[in-house]
Amino acid sequence: MKKNLINNIVPILILTLIALVFPLSGLRVIPTIQEIVLRLSRNLFLVLSLLIPIVAGMGLNFGIVLGAMAGQIALIFITDWHIIGIQGIFLATIISIPFSVLLGILAGKILNKAKGREMITSMILGFFINGVYQLVVLYGMGNIIHITDKKLLLSRGYGVRNAVDLINVRRGLDSLINLKIYNVEIPIFTLLIIAGLGFFTIWFRKTKLGQDMRAVGQDMEVARSSGINVPKTRVLAIVISTVLAGFGQIIYLQNIGTMNTYNSHEQIGMFSIAALLVGGASSSKATIFNAISGVILFHMLFIVSPNAGKNIMGSAEIGEYFRVFISYGIVALTLVLHQWRRKKEKEYKRKKEMEAIMKGELNEKSI
Amino acid sequence: MNVKAHINKLGWPRIIIGLFLASMYISCPFLGLDLKAALNDTFIRFGMNAVLVLSLVPMIQAGTGLNFGMPLGVEAGLLGATISIELGAKGFNGFLVAILFAIIFGIIFGWIYGLILNKAKGGEMMIATYVGFSSVALMCIMWLILPFKSQDMIWAYGGSGLRTTISVENYWYRILEKVLNLKNINFPIGEVIIFIIFAFIISMFFKTKSGLAMKAVGTNEKFAKATGINIEKERIKSVVLSSMLAAIGIVIYQQSFGFVQLYLAPFYMAFPAIAAILIGGASVKKATILNVVIGTFLFQGILTMTPSVVNGIIKTDMSETIRIIVSNGMILYALTRKGEL
Repeated sequence: MKKNLINNIVPILILTLIALVFPLSGLRVIPTIQEIVLRLSRNLFLVLSLLIPIVAGMGLNFGIVLGAMAGQIALIFITDWHIIGIQGIFLATIISIPFSVLLGILAGKILNKAKGREMITSMILGFFINGVYQLVVLYGMGNIIHITDKKLLLSRGYGVRNAVDLINVRRGLDSLINLKIYNVEIPIFTLLIIAGLGFFTIWFRKTKLGQDMRAVGQDMEVARSSGINVPKTRVLAIVISTVLAGFGQIIYLQNIGTMNTYNSHEQIGMFSIAALLVGGASSSKATIFNAISGVILFHMLFIVSPNAGKNIMGSAEIGEYFRVFISYGIVALTLVLHQWRRKKEKEYKRKKEMEAIMKGELNEKSI
Repeated sequence: MNVKAHINKLGWPRIIIGLFLASMYISCPFLGLDLKAALNDTFIRFGMNAVLVLSLVPMIQAGTGLNFGMPLGVEAGLLGATISIELGAKGFNGFLVAILFAIIFGIIFGWIYGLILNKAKGGEMMIATYVGFSSVALMCIMWLILPFKSQDMIWAYGGSGLRTTISVENYWYRILEKVLNLKNINFPIGEVIIFIIFAFIISMFFKTKSGLAMKAVGTNEKFAKATGINIEKERIKSVVLSSMLAAIGIVIYQQSFGFVQLYLAPFYMAFPAIAAILIGGASVKKATILNVVIGTFLFQGILTMTPSVVNGIIKTDMSETIRIIVSNGMILYALTRKGEL
């Protein structure tokens, strides 16, 4: 019981905070639920794409921004080709795959060279590839890469505009099957896709590859000696995560309807990871339940903070900064807790081993 | 030593970046750019940033990793600067007051930060990043609610809290030059002198008993423990020292730049400094003053030169993109080098 409480301290704290602040924010219940449903359908896929590298012991994959960029490049192409609705989205997901796979292989190889500090490396890798993405999209497109629709380009004749209107595919998935309960619109089809990914993740963990990943995550040495190709398994984990993140970004953007070419992907890694951690995950253990509750709690903070800040402190800005502080602070806190727990476990293990050795010696002597 | 060994010692990235920068300086006259002004700009930026880059050294030496949590130290410096302006201290005294408060807050913040990092051995860099980020957000709230009254810092009409940028024109703008009576010379002699002083202090410190103990913790923790060094304490000391230097560094940066930038400005400040020291040849575990000097010069050189040179060649400003690729590429290179875990 006590252990459960400690393990879930983060979601409990956040839930208490929201419960305390919600009445003061003056928000009404039904619109808030609508907002949460919307944000679940928008973000959950991306958050779920983080799960597989965690199984493989590679921590929180900030590299999902690479997938997000692949998704955005695909969206730029289908917008240029004027492909409309669900077909457009479907084509975009297909186009994103090769980009995601390439970037995923690159990321996996780099992370294999940075064992033990995957998280910070994947974060910097995200920044680095963002530079390359800018080079391609801002200087290459319309120049080297052919873009037919001149409206997509900046007035200087090359480089994609800061904002791409995704009117052709806007809510293409969401509006496919739409249900309305108590004035709350529910994008059933998108949620079905997300559920599909959830089941895929559960199924995947049970496959041979999934089991291999778990073995690698627990102990690389043991995994190697039992014949698993450790580097390849790790690369695969990242590739899957990147491809899924590409899909996730397409789902996210079709819901929003416009793409900030140079910003939409930047915050994706940070936000998705914060959401997962708020849901009670750590960098070595995360469940689908963590992801769902994380997205709900994290985005409740988004919705509640500005209003609460205005009503309590007289400034929406303070509420907003407070939310930023909480979300980054939570990430720092969970990482510290995780590291600290791992240290304790190690010490405990060492102590046990020492005791075993001592006992063995005593036994030998008595013999 | 043969050529190959020399190259390996320097490292390919450094050679490529060095040659790249040299080629840009050489191409200056052909593109109709003023080489003297270009060099001068580089030196001014060097003076602005050198102490910030230097602030990374203690933590690297003590094995606490690259200080991605630098924004925390920077916030301490911002507090120092704003308090100095609030007190109305002008001229060199104002600068000293700012430095003094920066040091005080640097010690307090650094100590707390050190305690956190001690709980997180092995995962310092990631946690440092987030400690830095969250400290920026927390200080954003502070800038809104702290009771500052100075007319030069609050919004003139309406609005609460401090302005996003505060001019130090009337306080200690370029005071390090003015104090030396060098108003008309553009070369940042004051900043360079102050950097040399701090660099000297740091290198002396690492020769004292206390400094050697800190270095021992970074080189071999088990050995340090065996010789009776209190590892936790040494690590905290290094973090305090780094945060303090970052706080001082940002005040020097501001007096040269002319503005105090609050709110989200310190957010990404750690990354260019880290890239600079890595370009200078430092690794995750080892950094020298020479690394700082070479790195800051090369990195700032590229920052100042690429916009004008690239603009001169293809009439497009790609500087921001190149900066992102070079700086993060450098950090990535350092993180993936073998045998430095």
